[in-house]
Amino acid sequence: MLTLLIILLPLISGAIIWLIKGNSSKQLALLSSLVTFLLGAYIVWKFAPNTESQFAINYSWITSANINFSLGIDGISILLVLLTTLVVPLIILSTFDKKIENQSLFYGLILMMQSALLGVFTAKDVFLFYFFFEVALIPIYFIASIWGGENRIKVTFKFFVYTVFGSLFMLLALVYLYFQTPGTHSANIVDLYNLNLSANQQTFIFWAIFLAFAIKMPLFPFHSWQPDTYVESPSAGTMLLSGIMLKMGTYGLLRILLPTVPLAVQQWGNIAIILSIIGIIYGSIIAIQQSDIKRLIAYSSFAHVGLMAAGIFSLTISGIQGSLIQMLAHGINVVGLFFVAEIILRRTGTHDLDKLGAITKNTPNLTVYFIVIMLGSVALPLANGFVGEFLLLKGVYEYNIWAGAVAGLTIILGAIYMLRLVQKSMFGNGNSTTESFTDLTFSEKATLLPIALLVIVLGIAPNILLKLTEPAVNQLLTIINK
Amino acid sequence: MNAILALAIFGIINLFLGFLENRKLLISSTIIFILIAIGFNIADWNHEFVWFNNMLRTNNLSLNFSNIILIAGLLVVGISRHFGEDKEHTHPAEYYAIMLFSLAGAIMMTNFENLIMLFIGLEVLSVSMYVLTGSEKRSFRSNEAALKYFLMGAFATGILLFGITLIYGATSSFNIHTIGNEILTKGVYMGSMVFVGISLLLIGLLFKVSIAPFHFWTPDVYEGAPTIFTTFMSTVVKTAGFAAIYRITTISFDSNYRYWWAFFIILTVLTLLISNITAVYQKSFKRMMAYSSISHAAYLLIPIIAKTPHSASAVLFYSLAYTFATISAFGVMMLVSEANMKDGKPDEEFSIFNGLGKKNPLLAFCLAISMLSLAGIPLTAGFWGKFFVFSNATERHIVWLLIYAVLMSAVGIYYYFKPIINAYMKEGNEQTIEIPMLYKVVLIFCAIATLVLGILPDLVKSIF
Repeated sequence: MLTLLIILLPLISGAIIWLIKGNSSKQLALLSSLVTFLLGAYIVWKFAPNTESQFAINYSWITSANINFSLGIDGISILLVLLTTLVVPLIILSTFDKKIENQSLFYGLILMMQSALLGVFTAKDVFLFYFFFEVALIPIYFIASIWGGENRIKVTFKFFVYTVFGSLFMLLALVYLYFQTPGTHSANIVDLYNLNLSANQQTFIFWAIFLAFAIKMPLFPFHSWQPDTYVESPSAGTMLLSGIMLKMGTYGLLRILLPTVPLAVQQWGNIAIILSIIGIIYGSIIAIQQSDIKRLIAYSSFAHVGLMAAGIFSLTISGIQGSLIQMLAHGINVVGLFFVAEIILRRTGTHDLDKLGAITKNTPNLTVYFIVIMLGSVALPLANGFVGEFLLLKGVYEYNIWAGAVAGLTIILGAIYMLRLVQKSMFGNGNSTTESFTDLTFSEKATLLPIALLVIVLGIAPNILLKLTEPAVNQLLTIINK
Repeated sequence: MNAILALAIFGIINLFLGFLENRKLLISSTIIFILIAIGFNIADWNHEFVWFNNMLRTNNLSLNFSNIILIAGLLVVGISRHFGEDKEHTHPAEYYAIMLFSLAGAIMMTNFENLIMLFIGLEVLSVSMYVLTGSEKRSFRSNEAALKYFLMGAFATGILLFGITLIYGATSSFNIHTIGNEILTKGVYMGSMVFVGISLLLIGLLFKVSIAPFHFWTPDVYEGAPTIFTTFMSTVVKTAGFAAIYRITTISFDSNYRYWWAFFIILTVLTLLISNITAVYQKSFKRMMAYSSISHAAYLLIPIIAKTPHSASAVLFYSLAYTFATISAFGVMMLVSEANMKDGKPDEEFSIFNGLGKKNPLLAFCLAISMLSLAGIPLTAGFWGKFFVFSNATERHIVWLLIYAVLMSAVGIYYYFKPIINAYMKEGNEQTIEIPMLYKVVLIFCAIATLVLGILPDLVKSIF
């Protein structure tokens, strides 16, 4: 019942906020997302670390085809449910100081998006999964294309068509798998794990599904929509895209691709790893050369997701565990980074690093938060990014030493572009644009403080979370290796 | 089949009501008449009846088709208020009467048992449509469209009739079940006569649902006809045509599956390509919708090609989703284009939707929902329509056709999003458009029905 509640609550409150068009949309949206967070936290607290799917519900959806509206949370979903319920209130809070036109629609869409994302992470029926997977695209498309920057229409449209194009192939693969199930057919994800598919069938299905998730994450060379969309979206949209939506792709790999077509994953996984590692290096090198803050963070996010994908395809326990914990850590860090970029934009009107400098003189507060989040992002020990990145690299290393060595460059390259970002914006010589930089407001502090705390807490005590996911990851690996 | 009788009689009553010269009365009487016809259909539910000396046969499948047709007719009447308010059209009663007659013809096409009834139904429907297409008497465009439709339609009818005679020659029967049995038992000895007959008959029907290469009339006729009748044409005629194609292919030509299967696949591939690529380049919304209707015809053909036990339900669901989306799209367009006159005529280009979202949120919302549904994006009925169609094809293992159709539906997203982008993301007209009461009801009904079916498809899927 709780699972249904965390999906329905944002949906219904989002619709109400949109329809009543009041002046207090912000506050109502924040309230709704906080209640959802409390429910999410309660679910995490009550969650028993075993392989069972918990808080499950099951209703018949399309009776004649045996497709069910069935939800549940297991060790793979739990961290993403936590991430979604945790980050959305922060995103809403981050927009408090900004004047938004037609705000009831804006907040309504954010909440509907949250609802769809939670649906993706809890669905136990493949068609329900696909349904939410696509529905999540509609609110973010409108958020980005109505409130976005100058080129928003073209850029978001490309994003929309690109991702729908990929998912349509996944739909075909899922329908095909559904008809392979024995008897009256079943769309339950677990039933797809037990199919006996030939290597040939698996190959086709692997590429069809891989395409959908690779576009969504995005992996090299399917990333061309990503930097532009991140830059043109309003910052709340960028946070939703990079903080949560990107994880739909990595989650999909774990939930659907790996256990359904294990033979093909073992056969073709090396190509996926090579693509991921190319993405890591390529994204990092471009990030080093960027002078636009938002674009820099976008490319860094592209590099990070490459590492997550490489860890997943390494098919080792540390790789997969690392990717799960990294999904959570990256979600928190990237939201923090984009928010800092937004704060700088609000005060100076620019994202250009060359026009910034010496911001720390006026706002030592911001610098502290920024550095903490940055350290999380470059995976310094005792910050949240470290655990995930370490496990991921260990996984890739176990898979292949050379792959591990090349992927390991991400630590050095990551440090270069992140330190450069902090240095060029916060320190150095000031100029007229940064002289009158005002201090953080209350709502800005209220957003940054929890993020900074999470960076440190999750860095010091990652074991709380690793314990939750371990049994499920072990089970996943037994399914793959059977 | 009391609905057919009732509609014919009501049509005549409507003609007499025209003497009172009261539009509101006409609209409400037409609506009540169609509701009564739906009532008759519901009364026949769950029984298999044979009517008029074995000329018609109704079962749940045919009743479902005729109910979709009647609902489409009902919704079109609901948004017909603006048509014929000027001096040109002094006799609106005639149009409402003709609409009722054509509905009667369409229903005959859903439950014919005898090929003669198929022919009569098709002609009743088509002749009515020729008249309605040309109903803007002083508009050059409308007259041209009517003439074009009539000439091309007459040829198609001739071909259909020729097909029927050849089939009669081969099987010595007009009864579709007898034909089916004859072909099954003696098919091999019949030679090419029956094959030519089947081809010609199917070509006649495919012309009516505008499958390429028999689609050339569609864009011009859709554009030239008054929008209200374009709506009528693209929903009622299409559903009736597919009901007929489904009925004849499953009952009479079942044993020739291998023969028309290949024929249909080639046409589907061709139709999807031509319609989707051409639609991308259209400047006029109405013309784009014409090509969109051609492409949806191709999707509707896929479950018929697949011929699984679930084909009928896929065709029904797809038709219903398509009907709701099309009516609300044309409905919005009619209001907006009348508010944006260009050279004294309603403007039909995409740019009329600019800035619609700001001043007319309801119209923009309905437009967006219908476009999303036509594009097949989840949360709308159109998604499940495509889903059932695709799953049918997968069941039959026609994977290559399917991949092709999926690619084409990705192309479709491009042109269906144009009006959404215009409505929400571009600046434009600042005028507020007044929406009449009944009009509003129809638009909201279509939008809500599209969403509800998008979330709970089982509501109607369990009936189909």
